[in-house]
Amino acid sequence: MSIEIKNLKYVYNPGLPGETVALDDVSLTISEGEMVGIIGHTGSGKSTLLQHMNGLLKPDSGHVFVDGECITDDKTDLVDIRRRVGLVFQYPEYQLFEETVVDDVAFGPKNLGIEGEELKKTVREAIEIVGLDYEEIKDSSPFELSGGMKRRVAIAGVIAMRPSVLILDEPTAGLDPTAHRDILSMIRRINEEKEITIILVSHNMGDIAKMCDRVIVMENGKIVLEGRPREIFTQDALLESMGLDVPPALDIMRKISKSIDGFTSSALTLDEAAEDIKEFMKRKK
Amino acid sequence: MKQENRKTFISVRNLIVDFTHVNEEGLEELKTRAIDDVSFDIEKGSFVSIIGMNGSGKSTLAKCLNGLIMPKSGEVYVDGLSTYDEEHLWDIRSRVGMVFQNPDNQIVSSLVEDDVAFGPENLGVDPVEIRKRVDSALKQVDMYDCRDKGAHMLSGGQKQRIAIAGALAMRPECIIFDEPTAMLDPKGRKQVMNIIKELNQEGITTILITHYMHEAEQAERIIVLKDGKLYSDGKPSELFGNRRLIEGAGLEMPPLIDLRDRSGLPESATTIEDIICLLK
Amino acid sequence: MIRDITLGQYFPGKSPIHRLDARTKIIGTFLFIAEMFVVNNFWGFLIAGTALFTVIGISRVPLKFIFRGLTPVFLIIAFTFVINMLMFDGRVLWHWWIFTITYEGLIRAAFMVIRLVLLIIGSSILTLCTKPIALTDGLEKLLRPFSKIGVPSHEIALMMTIALRFIPTLMDETDKIIKAQQARGADFESGNIFRRAKSLIPILVPLFISSFRIAQELALAMEARCYHGGEGRTRMNEIHFNKEDIVAAVLMTIFLGIIIGSRFIA
Repeated sequence: MSIEIKNLKYVYNPGLPGETVALDDVSLTISEGEMVGIIGHTGSGKSTLLQHMNGLLKPDSGHVFVDGECITDDKTDLVDIRRRVGLVFQYPEYQLFEETVVDDVAFGPKNLGIEGEELKKTVREAIEIVGLDYEEIKDSSPFELSGGMKRRVAIAGVIAMRPSVLILDEPTAGLDPTAHRDILSMIRRINEEKEITIILVSHNMGDIAKMCDRVIVMENGKIVLEGRPREIFTQDALLESMGLDVPPALDIMRKISKSIDGFTSSALTLDEAAEDIKEFMKRKK
Repeated sequence: MKQENRKTFISVRNLIVDFTHVNEEGLEELKTRAIDDVSFDIEKGSFVSIIGMNGSGKSTLAKCLNGLIMPKSGEVYVDGLSTYDEEHLWDIRSRVGMVFQNPDNQIVSSLVEDDVAFGPENLGVDPVEIRKRVDSALKQVDMYDCRDKGAHMLSGGQKQRIAIAGALAMRPECIIFDEPTAMLDPKGRKQVMNIIKELNQEGITTILITHYMHEAEQAERIIVLKDGKLYSDGKPSELFGNRRLIEGAGLEMPPLIDLRDRSGLPESATTIEDIICLLK
Repeated sequence: MIRDITLGQYFPGKSPIHRLDARTKIIGTFLFIAEMFVVNNFWGFLIAGTALFTVIGISRVPLKFIFRGLTPVFLIIAFTFVINMLMFDGRVLWHWWIFTITYEGLIRAAFMVIRLVLLIIGSSILTLCTKPIALTDGLEKLLRPFSKIGVPSHEIALMMTIALRFIPTLMDETDKIIKAQQARGADFESGNIFRRAKSLIPILVPLFISSFRIAQELALAMEARCYHGGEGRTRMNEIHFNKEDIVAAVLMTIFLGIIIGSRFIA
């Protein structure tokens, strides 16, 4: 399933003192099965863009097409679009409300009219794909789980709607290193096993570099850069001027190559960086 | 601050904290032992990080240090005053300021300067003196220009700086930062970390609880908690020199150290300069 | 929509209205509210409206900002108009099925709507031109004499401070929760009243939980900053009456006289 965005424009508080152009002529295409990262500092328009992709916000001008179907005209069945494009907000655990994990995960599919055995199966699958033990967890209260588990239950609640695109806004914010790793491997699993297109918004450049096929950089409501992680992150001066980081591995490599003649590396991950260092040591000998 | 001859500022002895809940028969029962027999000292002017997984007891421990939580047993002394001593509780809390994780939920007043004044107002400080303290605290966190703005108009990083100013206005000797950067974006994170380091340079005893290893690494000492117990306590280089220790606590190496190990470089290299030296 | 609510918002400024002691403004506002119920003809409203807009002019708060405060209560205003229009006997102007519009009803409806709009704008001026902390300090001082008979003046004032502070936070929180549940296919717009009420549960439960969490965290943060009740507290900006307040008090008394006098016009 693909998402195509054409010349999107959105203004907050039009005509009032707080008027801000949140999106300014944004166009982009996301193809099936991709894992796309969106980066940009707070207020660059990322969240506004995400909310256009499943029809939560209506643009002032421009169009959004989901699988060729325009969702920005008035006739679209928004519930169906929201099923196909799952959106997981920041700190999604704050949306939990049911007494048991199973009931909470079932909220989405029930809204879509799924019932009976099929509902049970869907819920079970969703809980399992986020890496939780269905039997162990199904009847517990979501409020008694740990932070990382709560978050996974909330994500399962969106996956249970069987979306073909999953948008995650800062899915690892505030988690400890272990829970952070678990969420990342869960996202990869969802992308690979379920063949769900992933759109990942994160401030963690290491994660973006490691996970994504393509990166989109936003600033002041515009897309300013777009390309493969290596193409993006090697423009570190530009990123820095926008207040963005580079992946830690690249940052270290940059510092080393500044001090040592003949050392070059464009490694994005620590593994690549380690290879480059080993290579360099070998050559030196 | 100079390392030598520093006095102990906070001392924790055999601290035990239990979380209990009331069961169906109306009796209290033990749910978890949040802090389990922890002892350590913190020296005046030092910079200490506390790390550990979620649920390892970091926040609970922090809240014991200024008497927000009363332990089941054990002692906490702040500059010689016991936190059990109710008469000195306000004294202790004004000396040990605290900045919490959520920038929104610790700001009391709608306007920036009124919020910063909240602490000294509670302490009954003279209005003229409060004004002075508020202005200087706001300047210290570089938010003086925003003093008459509405708190809800600020970014997360700015709100967090207001919270730091709020603690500073009490003229504390120590500030505990409980995951102050967890909810911020990279820009806000950097600003807050820079302020934390500056304040420590100015002599404020700094206790930083964090999930980010590259932040913890900047302290002179790291305390690791695991399941409420003191798991490790030492210099960052000692801790990050020991991969087994780090992984045992469910944590991760800072990127630089991780890279060193993956490249097969010796453990003696702990900074980027060390690694550059090795490669030269 | 939810962001349009200007209730309780402060519009920074240095106008004479801003500079008045909060107590003067609180008493003035309450007087104005009472006066709106004293008025019994359109002349009274004309006088009150002129006075109100003069005050707005002096305060330099943009009119746009003030009218924006009316949008969230537009439904209530419209409802008031329709009900009053249909409920009065008199000269029939228009009739269809069970609905009858009379001349008297129309007059009455216009009267009620003007009263309502003046009331809302009048009270929004108070919060727009008074720093929240000054507002609550003023209230605390006004209530202090009653603390002898058990009115917790400090606590009431603090509750107001916190409420004003957290209105925008809770609005944002509500907005976020609504969107998150909409993203899970929740539908708040269709179905009968019973279904719609039920569809609010996925919003209300997380909102309650959030509020409790906020309250808990805020209480801890306040304790950490040595909050221990109103006793022994000082204030950075002690509020005090000055010349402008006396002028305002005189003007308010004259205005009261005029409004009472307006009852006898025509």
